[in-house]
Amino acid sequence: MALLERINAAARKKVFSLQEAFILAWNAIRFIFVPPFYREDVIQQMDSIGVQSLGIVVLTGFFTGMVLALQSAVQMQRFGATTYVGSLVTASMIRELGPVLAGLMVAGRVGSGIAAQIGSMRVTEQIDALNVMGTDPIKKLVTPRLIAALLMLPALTVINDVAGIFGGNVIAKFYLQLPTSLYWATVWDQISNGGFVLRFIPNDFVHGLIKPFVFGGIISLTACHFGLRTTGGTEGVGVSTTRTVVTASILILVTDYFITQALLALLPS
Amino acid sequence: MTDSDDDQDAIQTERVRAAIRDEIQADEDRDDSPAPRDTPVIELRDVWLAFDRPILEGVSFAARKGETVTVVGESGTGKSTIVKLILRLLVADRGEVCVRGKDIEKVTYEEALKIRQRMGMVFQSSALFDSLTVYENVAYPLREHTNLNDDEIGERVREKLRFVDLDPDEVTQLAPSELSGGMQKRVGIARGLAANPGIMLYDEPTSGLDPLTTGIITNLIMKLQRELHVTSVVVTHDIRSAFRMSSKIALLHDRHIVFFGSPEEMAASDDKYIQTFLGGY
Repeated sequence: MALLERINAAARKKVFSLQEAFILAWNAIRFIFVPPFYREDVIQQMDSIGVQSLGIVVLTGFFTGMVLALQSAVQMQRFGATTYVGSLVTASMIRELGPVLAGLMVAGRVGSGIAAQIGSMRVTEQIDALNVMGTDPIKKLVTPRLIAALLMLPALTVINDVAGIFGGNVIAKFYLQLPTSLYWATVWDQISNGGFVLRFIPNDFVHGLIKPFVFGGIISLTACHFGLRTTGGTEGVGVSTTRTVVTASILILVTDYFITQALLALLPS
Repeated sequence: MTDSDDDQDAIQTERVRAAIRDEIQADEDRDDSPAPRDTPVIELRDVWLAFDRPILEGVSFAARKGETVTVVGESGTGKSTIVKLILRLLVADRGEVCVRGKDIEKVTYEEALKIRQRMGMVFQSSALFDSLTVYENVAYPLREHTNLNDDEIGERVREKLRFVDLDPDEVTQLAPSELSGGMQKRVGIARGLAANPGIMLYDEPTSGLDPLTTGIITNLIMKLQRELHVTSVVVTHDIRSAFRMSSKIALLHDRHIVFFGSPEEMAASDDKYIQTFLGGY
């Protein structure tokens, strides 16, 4: 009986937490359209989430592109198909690795930062202070971070993609001795052969930009949710930070599968 | 400086204080349905609250205009909970929590935010925004909820910092982490006062401070009552400060208010628990 009660209590806690997360998401989205608008906070967060993540995203993208080209080259050499390295790197980066890697990097760097910052504000009563001064903490803290993440994740993903394709180019040129013009021709072939939406937007771009938009929402809302629920002093801040990174990373990977499935059905090549 | 300069300063200071008192009164008169003059500014009526265990049972007390009511009691008895109920950060299971005659448990979330804008709160941990400077902290409620321009905000910030005996030229550009505990508390009070609220709430304003700084903070709370006629509710376990600054004291014990009256009445009480709590004070 005691065991059943414990399971029941734990399940109820999880359901409440999920309910709170959805209410937070709803309010954060709703407040995008309700004044006052904290424009300065949005710009500050765009700098923190986007500009300050540039280095890590470029590095990750560049080396991932190089590894992709290297690994595929080894296999392709057996069939004499190394000329298609550019095509493979482009498809992998734009459709999958670019959004997912940018998402995971930002979840690690920015998600943890947001959770730690809001968690510290919670345990030092700064969130209560906002409330007491008649400011809605969701409007002041969550909505600007959500807007910034929704805007910056797609931008970071494009930069990640470009860095990855350049990384592939380096391997194609110096390891496979492929002419750069041939490499870029296969890159464009891949993009144009994937089909177009509205005749001029490549399907690959749609795949590649819808995902980071969703991931931006997942990262910012997960971080704010755990940050706002922080209890137990500095130790609690650490717990919230870890939970944010783990939950956001898992959600990114799971959501990626479902978005891919849906997009393949909606936008067949 | 001559005597005449001193007189001029004193006249100017009294003018500023009179203007603040007028602003507070005008703010109260702006209510859609202003409460009668003799209505308590803050009143708890038969309030019950429980989380996983009972916290408050049948708690009632009132603070009239210009009074300082101090809630004292042992640690962990739910004193801070009372402040959170007044701010409607928590909602009672039963009973009424009235601010200026309005039951704040029955207002919407947006209305509650507006009511809170007319109260100042000083937190136990000061709760200054650590990403902002002292100036920005004190200016925050003004930027958020008033139409004052930058010059007016600057003047108001300096006035409030001077009121809490801080030199604006020295502290405005400092980060909260660069201040001592006592200075953080004073900046917290200045921030609470920035919008000239008619009600101030304090959660353990003197906890963790040395006796000298405790005296300074207690004097400040008394100064607010004396000069600006602000209604205050103070939660503390510092009985010495409570006796100095309170118009009334409410003693919370075992989920109930076991005493509510003036400090003199409390000192004269022959109730065994009260005498034990006072510890021969």
